[in-house]
Amino acid sequence: MKELSLNILDIVQNSVSAEASLIKVLLTETDETLRITIEDDGRGMTPDFLQTVVDPFSTTRKTRKVGMGIPLFKLAAEQTGGELTITSKTREMSPEDHGTVISAFFYKNHMDFTPLGDVVSTLISLIQGCPDVDFLFEHELPDGKTVHLDTREMREALGDEIPLNSFEVLEWARESLLEQYGL
Amino acid sequence: MKSLEELAAIRNKMKDKVALRENNGDIRIVVGMATCGIAAGARPVLNAFVEEVSKQHAENATVTQTGCIGMCRLEPIVEVFEGNKERVTYVKVKPAMVPRIVKEHILGGRPITEYTIGAAE
Repeated sequence: MKELSLNILDIVQNSVSAEASLIKVLLTETDETLRITIEDDGRGMTPDFLQTVVDPFSTTRKTRKVGMGIPLFKLAAEQTGGELTITSKTREMSPEDHGTVISAFFYKNHMDFTPLGDVVSTLISLIQGCPDVDFLFEHELPDGKTVHLDTREMREALGDEIPLNSFEVLEWARESLLEQYGL
Repeated sequence: MKSLEELAAIRNKMKDKVALRENNGDIRIVVGMATCGIAAGARPVLNAFVEEVSKQHAENATVTQTGCIGMCRLEPIVEVFEGNKERVTYVKVKPAMVPRIVKEHILGGRPITEYTIGAAE
């Protein structure tokens, strides 16, 4: 992927497929480091399946399709000297608190660091594609400011009859984010 | 600073329009957004469709996303479904192609053959 924001778009699709109702995309950035955490309340993965998802070539299992999304994200983190960690709890393992947390850590000054890129377009694409899922986005910037978007707040202001993927609403979200980034 | 109050204003403005729109979406524009599509540039294509459909008032169309369509080397792929008509598959789509697809195909009813999978194969 040319931008980490494209990896985010890709990884979040897994949360959507896992029937998450709330997906948190949390970015913490300093001058030297970046942490990207994607947290969902979806159906979660068993420890066995988790293993195949991180390294699709380590298995001979053919019963499930395993994609390249997580391996590519892991590679992007590791090639900067960072790492990717995943924890996941299925409904059976934890009925009250199930879901998956993927966290990737990057050293920004490493020559193989992939730029974050257009994270605003990623968020707008996600809301457009999944208007019934809620997203919380927080990006702590190196200067201490935080960029914030919470579709639950948007939904409350919009009421039930206006879908989040209406063009006017998507434009509001885009402008709100760009403004907070000072773009 | 954008405020949530502006969303309440959008809500009031759109109330009547939404009911109208729901009855009219008989064309579906489906953008492949799996790993392969995203890596090949599907995100700007998706956003271009969302923008052009609104800009050109193509109120007969809805833009949706799907997973891998199964021809990763031809991504970004966009499929157009309309009633009983045969589906039209556009391949290696670029944002610059989108205004023309919306104008001539979605609004005008004439698929752009040179962008379709038939021309690429």
